[in-house]
Amino acid sequence: MNSSVHIKEEVAGSERPLLEIKNLAINFATSNGEVNAVRNAHLTVMPGETVAIVGESGSGKSTSALAAIGLLPGNGRVAAGEILFDGEDIAHASEKRMIELRGNSIGMVPQDPMSNLNPVWKIGFQVKETLKANGLPSGPEDVAKVLSEAGLPDAARRAKQYPHEFSGGMRQRALIAIGLSCQPRLLIADEPTSALDVTVQRQILDHLDKMTSELGTAVLLITHDLGLAAERADKVVVMYKGQVVESGPSLELLRNPRHPYTKRLVSSAPSLASRRIQVAKEQGVESDELLAPTEPVVVESALPEEVLKVEDLTKVFKLRGGIGKTTDFTAVDSVSFSVRRGTTTAIVGESGSGKSTVAQMVLNLLEPTSGKIIFDGVDTSTLNSRDLFKFRRRVQPIFQDPYGSLDPMYNIFRTIEEPLRTHKIGTKASREKKVRELLDQVALPQSTMRRYPNELSGGQRQRIAIARALALDPEVIICDEAVSALDVLVQAQVLNLLAELQDNLGLTYLFITHDLAVVRQIADHVCVMQKGKLVETGSTDDVFDNPREAYTQALLDAIPGGSLLLPPEVA
Amino acid sequence: MATYILKRFLQLIPVFLGATLLVYFLVFSLPGDPIAALFGDKPVNEAVAAKLRAQYNLDQPFIVQYLLYLKSIFTFDLGQDFSGRPIAAVLGEVFPVTARLAVMALIFEAVFGIAFGLVAGLRKGKLFDGTVLIASLIVIGIPIFVLGFILQFFIGVQLGWAKPTVSAAATVQDLILPAIVLGLASFAYVLRLTRTSVIENMNADYVRTATAKGLSRFRVINVHILRNSLIPVVTFLGADLGTLMGGAIVTEGIFNVPGVGNRLYRAVLSGEGPTVVSIVTVLVLIYCLSNLLVDLLYAWLDPRIRYDS
Repeated sequence: MNSSVHIKEEVAGSERPLLEIKNLAINFATSNGEVNAVRNAHLTVMPGETVAIVGESGSGKSTSALAAIGLLPGNGRVAAGEILFDGEDIAHASEKRMIELRGNSIGMVPQDPMSNLNPVWKIGFQVKETLKANGLPSGPEDVAKVLSEAGLPDAARRAKQYPHEFSGGMRQRALIAIGLSCQPRLLIADEPTSALDVTVQRQILDHLDKMTSELGTAVLLITHDLGLAAERADKVVVMYKGQVVESGPSLELLRNPRHPYTKRLVSSAPSLASRRIQVAKEQGVESDELLAPTEPVVVESALPEEVLKVEDLTKVFKLRGGIGKTTDFTAVDSVSFSVRRGTTTAIVGESGSGKSTVAQMVLNLLEPTSGKIIFDGVDTSTLNSRDLFKFRRRVQPIFQDPYGSLDPMYNIFRTIEEPLRTHKIGTKASREKKVRELLDQVALPQSTMRRYPNELSGGQRQRIAIARALALDPEVIICDEAVSALDVLVQAQVLNLLAELQDNLGLTYLFITHDLAVVRQIADHVCVMQKGKLVETGSTDDVFDNPREAYTQALLDAIPGGSLLLPPEVA
Repeated sequence: MATYILKRFLQLIPVFLGATLLVYFLVFSLPGDPIAALFGDKPVNEAVAAKLRAQYNLDQPFIVQYLLYLKSIFTFDLGQDFSGRPIAAVLGEVFPVTARLAVMALIFEAVFGIAFGLVAGLRKGKLFDGTVLIASLIVIGIPIFVLGFILQFFIGVQLGWAKPTVSAAATVQDLILPAIVLGLASFAYVLRLTRTSVIENMNADYVRTATAKGLSRFRVINVHILRNSLIPVVTFLGADLGTLMGGAIVTEGIFNVPGVGNRLYRAVLSGEGPTVVSIVTVLVLIYCLSNLLVDLLYAWLDPRIRYDS
């Protein structure tokens, strides 16, 4: 990585940059007039170089990249500046010229593999039309070649399938195949793996690296994960609120961040934090110091009671086959674990591993096929409706999507007050007092009460979801991917909040997540699930330091930033 | 797929029995004596009336009449209408006319509705879009018989561009104006549906990806926007074919088209049970079949939908 940075400096005088963005400003027309999305942005990508743009959502990173391929949404326009592609200003190029450039000069791999393939056309057709539009041979064998180069096994047969017959990882491979099929000189990869599981993410990125270095393609990588950017790119450009705040060679930027925002990003990126702990351990530094606010001290000698115990939990779904035929699908296969009061247990696994199904059964939202869930000494399946009502008061969920789990028609006061009203707790005045307290607890101003979910940011909404869950003074909180939809900085804040609340209120968390980096920051115990089975359990330190299962090792390896050589004092 | 189609055909049996029974019962319960009405102003000749009642089984209780009717269907002899013509021949005369009218209306609404809807959707918020939206609202708002008379008067009588009424042969040329009137309301719906669907698909991620691949604007629209947008439209059109067949009564009345609607109206007025039931049953079957066709088309257009996996 150092060497490529070097090369860039050597050739800077002799070689022309492939992409050069100068003073770029992008405006969006909204009902409130023009909004400035990107201001005064500068960026240079040399031929064959990988440059990452890092920033949180709304920072203008995707907008800048889309402008470079002429795909700004209808209400967006380049207000000022130049986008030079191989010396030619394409900021105001004609649509005809852009069509010529797209595909064979500038390719794109989009973010979400689920929505970026047309569901009504076969994969092969979608590859073929790309080749054809760019004047390349497009016979079935050419299509199969392109797909197999992107790492799709059995490509000739796969080409005849539709997108819905592909998994997320396979779809992303197909999209990479399309993006690189015409061997463009520049590839814009917009969060190419953020929608995928970590292990798949690693495979895809490795493959993308390999292909682009073989083809000599320059890559403009858009990501919110600084760890991932530093690992994959020669140069990193940090964007914040529409402006480039810092840029430079990846490792240099990671080691000596100058701008306050970059410093915050470096200190809170979960992948880097996890890596820091590991480095610190290897060098004999106590990890407690690095993680002081988030890791509660568990005294091993006086183990707290088991508040939740899951025994041989199994869930079998009946999948509909043809007429009268059903096939059994075992989503959760005799899973047993226990959760001690006041601790955090994380269930980790890829999508489809059954972790969310476990959460739903523990919440008593889904009936287990067999097995027991014992909460505070009582089997939850024996509860009658009145006891179940009481159970719900003691066990509360926080769900993944802060946009979907708040009723848009309820203001915040009503959202948080609703569980109190449902359980007939207190008077109107005392309930309002409680809501105010809860808002204080989650560090939101009390004035938030009168606002509606759509007026709040993702992080604020998740705080509301936490406040709502806390309203009934529960003992156990089930967090189902509670921070997965949040930007890294917000994620760090919410995790800190959860840790503080645990210290103050003695809460027990069951944390469902696919993100091992987050697990390392918050959990005391880890249960690793794969294909419905519990493959490994243990304390977080044990699992991270001495993973017994190959699967756990693969998950750990997949955390971005793992290959970075990072001193522990970097933050 | 074959099992699915077979299943759908088997479902037609209870639909057929239920529809015939219900319609037969409704006609049976109509007030007034259809035989007495046949005599018009002349005094009723009891002997002749009794003979006619026996001929049309009107002297039997309801359920016997119904079963006799079912038997006649399965022996392919539908009996005669009150003027003595075989009902089968009447059906063979009126259905082709209405089918021609309905198919012409369907082609009109599909071609123009989709074309206008596509252009309006692609130019969302522009002048064309606004004009077309307002015009379509007007068409939906005005009752079909008003539109029918207005077009008949101006285009047929004043301007003489088309024949104001239809000849006994009901040729394609005769039916152009009635078909436009019949398809006008659905045309407005197809237009709006296509427009909404196009706008939704235009902003889809896969359309952006298609553009990023270097495809021409024409290909992006045709291959990626239009086909996906047609899925809901086709569903509407298929269901509409059945509605057009049965719903042509008003239009056929205005333009004097010798089709199903006209004949059905007369049969209801004169209480000709077997004729009414025969026509309605064929309409019900057409409706069911066109729905089946829609479901099959739907699976063809959207590969995510499969009926037997």
